[in-house]
Amino acid sequence: MALRQFGAATAFALTVGMTASPALAVTEIQWWHAMTGANNDVIVKLANDFNAAQSDYKVVPTYKGNYADTMNAGIAAFRAGNAPHIMQVFEVGTATMMAATGAVKPVYKLMADAGEKFDPKIYLPAITGYYSTSKGEMLSFPFNSSSTVMWVNLDELKKANVEIPKTWPETFAAAKKLHDNGHPTCGFSGSWVTWVNLEQLSAWHNVPLASKANGLDGFDTKLEFNGPLQVKHLEKLVELQKDKTYDYAGRTNTGEGRFTSGECPIYLTSSAFFGNVKAQAKFNFTAVPMPYYPDVKGAPQNSIIGGASLWVMGGKPAEEYKGVAKFLTFLSDTDRQVYIHKASGYLPITKAAYEKAKAEGFYKDQPYLETPLLELTNKEPTENSRGLRLGNMVQLRDVWSEEIEQALAGKKTAKQALDAAVERGNTMLRQFEKTAVK
Amino acid sequence: MQKQAIFQSKLLPYALVAPQLAIVLIFFYWPALQAVIQSFLLQDAFGLSTTFVWFDNYVELFRDPAYFEAIVRTFVFSFAIAVSSLSFALLLAVMADKPLRGSMLYRTLLIWPYAVAPPVVGVLWIFMLHPSLGIIARYLRAIGVDWNPLLDGDQAATLIILAAAWKQISYNFLFFLAGLQAIPKSVLEAAAIDGARPMRRFWTVTFPLLSPTIFFLLVVNIVYAFFDTFGIIDTMTRGGPGTSTVTLVYKVYSDGLLGGNLGSSAAQSVILMIMVIVLTGIQFRFVERKVTY
Amino acid sequence: MVEEEGFRRYVAHFILWIGIAVVAFPVYIAFIASTQDNALIANGQMSLLPGGHFFETYYQTIFVGTSGSTREPVGNMMLNSLVMALLIAVGKIAISIISAYAIVYFRFPFRMPIFWIIFITLMLPVEVRIYPTYKIVADLHMLDSYAGLALPLIASATATLLFRQFFMTVPDELLEASRIDGAGPLRFFWDTLLPLSRTNMAALFVILFILGWNQYLWPLLITTRDDMQTIQVGIRKMITTTDALTEWPIVMATAVLAMLPPVFVVVVMQKLFVRGLVETEK
Repeated sequence: MALRQFGAATAFALTVGMTASPALAVTEIQWWHAMTGANNDVIVKLANDFNAAQSDYKVVPTYKGNYADTMNAGIAAFRAGNAPHIMQVFEVGTATMMAATGAVKPVYKLMADAGEKFDPKIYLPAITGYYSTSKGEMLSFPFNSSSTVMWVNLDELKKANVEIPKTWPETFAAAKKLHDNGHPTCGFSGSWVTWVNLEQLSAWHNVPLASKANGLDGFDTKLEFNGPLQVKHLEKLVELQKDKTYDYAGRTNTGEGRFTSGECPIYLTSSAFFGNVKAQAKFNFTAVPMPYYPDVKGAPQNSIIGGASLWVMGGKPAEEYKGVAKFLTFLSDTDRQVYIHKASGYLPITKAAYEKAKAEGFYKDQPYLETPLLELTNKEPTENSRGLRLGNMVQLRDVWSEEIEQALAGKKTAKQALDAAVERGNTMLRQFEKTAVK
Repeated sequence: MQKQAIFQSKLLPYALVAPQLAIVLIFFYWPALQAVIQSFLLQDAFGLSTTFVWFDNYVELFRDPAYFEAIVRTFVFSFAIAVSSLSFALLLAVMADKPLRGSMLYRTLLIWPYAVAPPVVGVLWIFMLHPSLGIIARYLRAIGVDWNPLLDGDQAATLIILAAAWKQISYNFLFFLAGLQAIPKSVLEAAAIDGARPMRRFWTVTFPLLSPTIFFLLVVNIVYAFFDTFGIIDTMTRGGPGTSTVTLVYKVYSDGLLGGNLGSSAAQSVILMIMVIVLTGIQFRFVERKVTY
Repeated sequence: MVEEEGFRRYVAHFILWIGIAVVAFPVYIAFIASTQDNALIANGQMSLLPGGHFFETYYQTIFVGTSGSTREPVGNMMLNSLVMALLIAVGKIAISIISAYAIVYFRFPFRMPIFWIIFITLMLPVEVRIYPTYKIVADLHMLDSYAGLALPLIASATATLLFRQFFMTVPDELLEASRIDGAGPLRFFWDTLLPLSRTNMAALFVILFILGWNQYLWPLLITTRDDMQTIQVGIRKMITTTDALTEWPIVMATAVLAMLPPVFVVVVMQKLFVRGLVETEK
């Protein structure tokens, strides 16, 4: 074991290149993450810059596999008594992390204890709201945020003589036209079926997904997404699935290649899809806000975020927390946020960074990079659009996807499927409520 | 069954069994015990709050129609996999048992899939039948089949069964071949002299004599389908669409994922262990019989 | 021999070739895909003949790895799989043969209970107790280590039973003879019993090596570090990439590489393999 760790440390030192020689008493801060490829480089650079900027602390980033793997590893490590200081957890793990009082150290407390200057008002509320209590106390630090946007294949739309749709009825009509003109297998589609068609749809139209402000105000939340709007939307998808005007592309983002290959000319997925589109699409593209139903009062509201945030794990000495707090302050720096935004395609989390990127003309030739920000800041968030906090969200999403699949396969009506999804989901939420540390 | 000639030593035998005993106790009995304990508890993911809930996890399970569906589905899968794989393997073994030229070559070409790992099998098959890029899927659509295992549960289940059966062909083939070769030729010759046609000879003589082998393989195949299909399911369908490919083992895995519902997952483990012990018991009763060919 | 008419013989040949085709087709497709361009595959335009990317793809797969999800060259994954398979095979044989020896050739208190304790583990795969085992390995700080990968899979009785049955068939005269030579229990084991067990050990080794190499769920759970991934886990990570395009040629090349060692073992050591299979399952 020791040998392995030594090997890993050496390898790490080699990949990172030896930074400025550290002072004698350097405190290590472990940071577990799930970033690959170019985004992994961003993480390594952030750690190096921080380590070079001061000499008391050393941030050590470790890649732990995909989001689920990382969280699994973190939970296991905590149970085995050697959790990292900082762990990157995807948004659906938020409730699990939050319920674990004692396993995590809330960010607002960390900052106060460490005596770091910390003003929650400098952050974009649409982003931090997701990770804060109803009182506005920040629990985890938003690191890589994205939102749902509609990716459009401009060349194909032009060929079929279709305008970029703004509302759902327009989108259905456009998809129909595209389907009949050269896209028989897929007029439009999307990834993350529940995120797009339940979670975002509800927030975007200011209707509740669950009671108690979607769970933000308490674990005794009940699911409520079997209302008329969501049922109507799913019914439409079921109808269009029949002739492949809409074609289901799976629960996660495995179907995204169908957009870049040109098969699906309209595709709803994360704004973080940008890097792949840019690298692989051989056509003109853009990303526009999600469609809405114009007959719903107040729509569009604002979208909610996806992605991940940094959780600080509990039970570490105060001295080490000081270093973590310093690191979070370092990450909040405007220029650094602009760098993260530009290098990774994820959203800036401070108002200042957003303004600065705008002032630099960053969105001039790439307007689609601003789309998710415009969606998030479209209106002041409401009870229904601050974010979600549901326990066992990973399993919940699986259950919802199962039911949606049943509807799309014609085994259940849309109403039956959503009723079942709500009922099964509520059972799981009650189970979670029982285990949540009060 | 006792050896007459033995050694006398006080400590040596204990030293000899110690390594295996230690490993079995630490990595088998301890986790099994943990599973039993865990199945009476309700815990959050981080193990911070623990409530003792007696049989709640089991009660929840047996109240949950999804669990019964998974049980039925697991047995249906197992049976479908066993029957399809066994019949195809038997056909091949009967052919390979004939005095043909190149029968050794045939054998070599038929046994190697045994060595292919379940996740690899899953990847191979998903690739051939992937709705948007699979070669076979393309032909299926060309002849008018609406092939979409992402949404059609029955198609997804078929996919899993096909892939799992494919992997089992070689194993079954080998055992059938061994079974066929153990049948005394004189019996077959006697039947031939009586004027029985080859087909009839097979059904009246060979098949009954093979029945112990068939039964044995049925049990082994069912156990295989219980556990080893996990890798195939995980790489092909992840239990979807809907829950149409969630088997018992897959459920143990997915319910415990991310500390989601460890109590229920443990309860399912305990039930599975009991099932397997029963299956093993059946097999051993049968192995006793198998010796008396 | 029962007579075979000519026509029947042709039918038999024909059926066997169909069987071989069924068995080989998926693998053929995998190999073909590994030599083609990813864009063709992704758009569903793959041909049924090999493409020209063989060297390029395999070089990238073995020495570089994918650009997105696994970030680890497959060569390294194969090494991990190999170490794991060898540890499992050798470990299981080693601990089983000595405990079987103790149980057969000695009388000692608790002999039968110990035998039964080991015997019950025969059929319960690690999958059914996966999370508790995971926790124990975590408590022992064995996550991401070869020990953690191999030890839980060594905990099973198949090999012990096999050796026990084999030792029962060894004539007692051999023991008497070595006693007369003045050999103690360890000498007898080393000089007489081990050489006799050679074929059995080899046969078992083939089976266990394949078993170890093909492990999936366990390594998937307990390895979190890139450099500890086994090839089976790597494949799964490659097809669940967050990249827009799964790099199919690399996935398929990995699949082909993952098949090579165990298939090679089966084909080359066919006799031992068949024997090991039929013996262990009895």
